[in-house]
Amino acid sequence: MVKNLLERIESRLHRVMDPELPFLTVMELGMIRGIALVNNTAVIQLTPTYTGCPATDAIKEDLQNAAEEIHPNVQIELVMTPAWTTDWISDETRSKMAQNGVAPPEGQSADKAFLLGDERIVPCPRCKTNKTKLVSPFGSTACKAHFTCLECLEPFDHFKCI
Amino acid sequence: MTSSKASWLFWLADDALVLSQRLSEWCGHGPVLEEDIALSNIALDLIGQARALLSLAGEREGKGRDENQLAYFRTDREYCNLLLLELPNGDFGDTMARQFFFDQFSLLRYEALAAQTEDKELAAIAAKAVKEVRYHSAHSSKWIVRLGDGTPESKERIQASINRLWDYTGELFMDYGMNESPESESVMPALASLVEPWNKAVGAIIAQATLELPKTSWAQNGGRIGKHTEHLSYMLAEMQVLPRTYPDAKW
Repeated sequence: MVKNLLERIESRLHRVMDPELPFLTVMELGMIRGIALVNNTAVIQLTPTYTGCPATDAIKEDLQNAAEEIHPNVQIELVMTPAWTTDWISDETRSKMAQNGVAPPEGQSADKAFLLGDERIVPCPRCKTNKTKLVSPFGSTACKAHFTCLECLEPFDHFKCI
Repeated sequence: MTSSKASWLFWLADDALVLSQRLSEWCGHGPVLEEDIALSNIALDLIGQARALLSLAGEREGKGRDENQLAYFRTDREYCNLLLLELPNGDFGDTMARQFFFDQFSLLRYEALAAQTEDKELAAIAAKAVKEVRYHSAHSSKWIVRLGDGTPESKERIQASINRLWDYTGELFMDYGMNESPESESVMPALASLVEPWNKAVGAIIAQATLELPKTSWAQNGGRIGKHTEHLSYMLAEMQVLPRTYPDAKW
């Protein structure tokens, strides 16, 4: 019974999209850390990607509304530890990002390269060349950096590794 | 002043909040679009840190004040941010010099807080902030090098900014006797221990930028105990006017 309820909530949450990456669900981004029933309240643990991400409030509300379709008592709990990391994004989700024009995080090495002052190698999601250039480490949202392709000249977002 | 257990948190929170507000003044005024976006992004990270820290401070203070009440209904005398961070933005060089000095310090402070195990809630906030501040400090360091090792004019102007702000960097490491408070002792890193790594990190970038640090060691201070420059109250007036005029306003 409880198991069944949690499964139904989970399957509903699989349809909650990220407002800034509308082709991905918050589940796919690894932001849901757990779903449990505590004293008849469904407690959903959410880990924000960036502490200042303005989408966090919108995501909370979307999760609340979605889960309330299944169960009347829902509580969203923000969990800060362990800190969210791009390592929690699956390979499948990464290729979905690339298909939608956002270069996925390239594992930790690319991130370290930037922090050590080297140029990152981020392939263009459109033409796949490695000849791309970092325009700015800060992009359209907190989680993205701004790149441009030197071959096909397409500007594109890169999901930062954190 | 607030109770000692919460007041150290206010140091962290107010640093983040005040700098965030200053940086957001650049929104729409950045020298190029990418930099405009970068400064707004950094401001956004800082406001996120401030929200988490103020919420925690409010909880521990136990007076029922939430993040909004603490941000919008405290006066300048109740703010305990560093003087460095409340100064007007000046030109882009002033903004970057301030950011560079603070980022290097903030990174060391958050790394120490993320590593301690006494206060797990604070360690979690710090661990997240470390990841964000690494990006900020890489960004401001690159600007210092670009401006210092750039044209004669950019070099002269960034050097002037560094000279102007230098007297405000001493306060970064002043603890105002906070370490004598038994409750905060275990969590707060001894600020004096951050001087050497900070000097090393800052010195390396300054050398790479072919710039020089002033030799003076006298430090402006008072921010931590609520004695601010006149600039903070003007800044807060703008930041707080809406919630103070309409305390029940909702989006």
